[in-house]
Amino acid sequence: MAETATLPEPLAETPPSQRRHGAAAWAAWLARRLGLSALTLWLVSMLVYVSTSSLGDPVRAIMGREYDADVARRTALTEQLNLDDPLPVRYLDWLRGLLSGDLGTGLASQRPVSEVIGPLVANTMVLVVIAAVVMIPVAFGIAMLSANYRRRRPDAAIQVVLLALAGLPEFVTGILLVALFATTVFQVLPAITLVAPGSTPWSTPEAMVLPVLTLVLAVAPYVSRIVRATLLEVLDSDYVELARLKGIPERVVMRKHALLNAIVPGIQVIALQLAWLAGGVVIVEAVFNYPGIGNQLVQSVRDHDVPVVQAISMIIAAVYVGVNLVADLLSILLTPRARTAISS
Amino acid sequence: MSTTDATASPSALRRALRSKRFVFGGALTLVISVFVVVGPWLAPHGQNEVVGAPFSSQGLFGTDYLGQDVLSRVMYGGRSVLVIALLSTVLGMVLGVLIGVVAAYAGGWWDEVIMRLNDVMLAFPQILLALLVLTAVSQPRAWMIVLLVGASHAPRVARLARGVALGIVSRDFVHAAEALGERRSRVILAEVLPNMNAPLLAEAGLRLTYSIGIVAALGFLGFATDPSAANWGQMLNENRLALSTQPWSVLAPVLLIGLFTIGTNLTADGIAQLSQPGGGE
Repeated sequence: MAETATLPEPLAETPPSQRRHGAAAWAAWLARRLGLSALTLWLVSMLVYVSTSSLGDPVRAIMGREYDADVARRTALTEQLNLDDPLPVRYLDWLRGLLSGDLGTGLASQRPVSEVIGPLVANTMVLVVIAAVVMIPVAFGIAMLSANYRRRRPDAAIQVVLLALAGLPEFVTGILLVALFATTVFQVLPAITLVAPGSTPWSTPEAMVLPVLTLVLAVAPYVSRIVRATLLEVLDSDYVELARLKGIPERVVMRKHALLNAIVPGIQVIALQLAWLAGGVVIVEAVFNYPGIGNQLVQSVRDHDVPVVQAISMIIAAVYVGVNLVADLLSILLTPRARTAISS
Repeated sequence: MSTTDATASPSALRRALRSKRFVFGGALTLVISVFVVVGPWLAPHGQNEVVGAPFSSQGLFGTDYLGQDVLSRVMYGGRSVLVIALLSTVLGMVLGVLIGVVAAYAGGWWDEVIMRLNDVMLAFPQILLALLVLTAVSQPRAWMIVLLVGASHAPRVARLARGVALGIVSRDFVHAAEALGERRSRVILAEVLPNMNAPLLAEAGLRLTYSIGIVAALGFLGFATDPSAANWGQMLNENRLALSTQPWSVLAPVLLIGLFTIGTNLTADGIAQLSQPGGGE
């Protein structure tokens, strides 16, 4: 289960440039997009802060039944979360800390948040990058296979399987894979990731197989379906028909004409899915108990550890915004139409 | 989904029945929905009735971590998932369509501001929004989950609805209604919305698929609205340590969630194919 693949039109975001040429137009475009991304992140930070610290009562949530009994701890927690200050003051304090790299102190561990999540960020990045690197050739391969048999039985079968996989929530895929490969049917892979303190998950590669596989199965169907649709569009077009009539073999048509045209929609849907992965890892890490920020996020939400949740949410949102920015930039650079629209 | 049959015209229904995806997905969705609705009346045991030792093989699917009958809990446990998922889908669709259509119809500056705020919401993966708010809440309630999941759907629906509505608001019959002096709200409700049916129906099916996934995922992560009641998502959380010894206590709810989402997703795709010109396979 990943985000739907409704692709933005690359031209939609390009402002009509008047009187500016070349580099100046590019700089203006980039400045505008960076400004919008910064604005988005700023609004995101408000949303994160308000929803974690003012909708409910975190102190009551943390202390549970001891709330009425333990006045001293209550005061201490209120003090630590600065709950006596008005909301705008607290928010600005937090934002100032965020910008200067001071993420506050975790309530559960009483250690600086950056110390708690620092090593976990690297673990999650490794997981996501491996999943992406595995996913891209797999998704393109399946799409090419499917397009090769277009509108025949193997294509239809592949599409139904992809559609079914696309609907499955990632924890369902994960648990079924564990049952299949780790516990019930075969016992060839570890069911959860156990990492000794000071060690890293990639020092036991077999423990990463199932989490990576789960992420790939969650994301590849979407990429595959979009790439196949683009391939079909090109393979049915007049200029490909002409190429065939000129006697160019189908393999070359696929490689030189169809695949190259599928790259831009491919990049956009891959970006969408990478951005989705930033959130999808939350559940997948929880399934496999993988020591990353996703698993830590779930743990911290359970512990009502507000500062850690705020920090991890901002990281995820920043990744999302950043990936989208890079994808827009890449797809404009790779689309001659859009490129000239900016710089001419 | 029964709603699809009710709103489609007879010819659309006949075309739909020729789409294998729609028929298969719809049948799967229907079978599981019936199982979910009548399950509690047919369950051999109560949802909290202890029938044997924990994780024993008594009964069709054995017993769970407290010795409750897994089959009975599976029959009880779909109801809350289905109800919460349906309500949050409806909420998300209504909010999203309103936002999207108003943005498209108002145009200009309003459109820019609304869609920019929409982008902010889109920077959150859906599950993250729910987790954020649950941080400061001691006991999650069903209505909170409905609100949060619905709110996380809204910006995604709004983006689609705006796109669809943009193609409609510039058409002649909308201008005609405006020229006749219709109120803006009436133009939106009577002229724009009825022409957006098909893509929105497909989107609703997709949103239902995601709702089921997110609602079950929250249960799986341990954010239970009612800790003792049976709930497919929660059952995974309760029994996951027994996956190697008593696999059915986990596999039964997992398979039901999986089949349900496959069903709704195939149905949604069937509708989407039909709504495209020359669609259907």
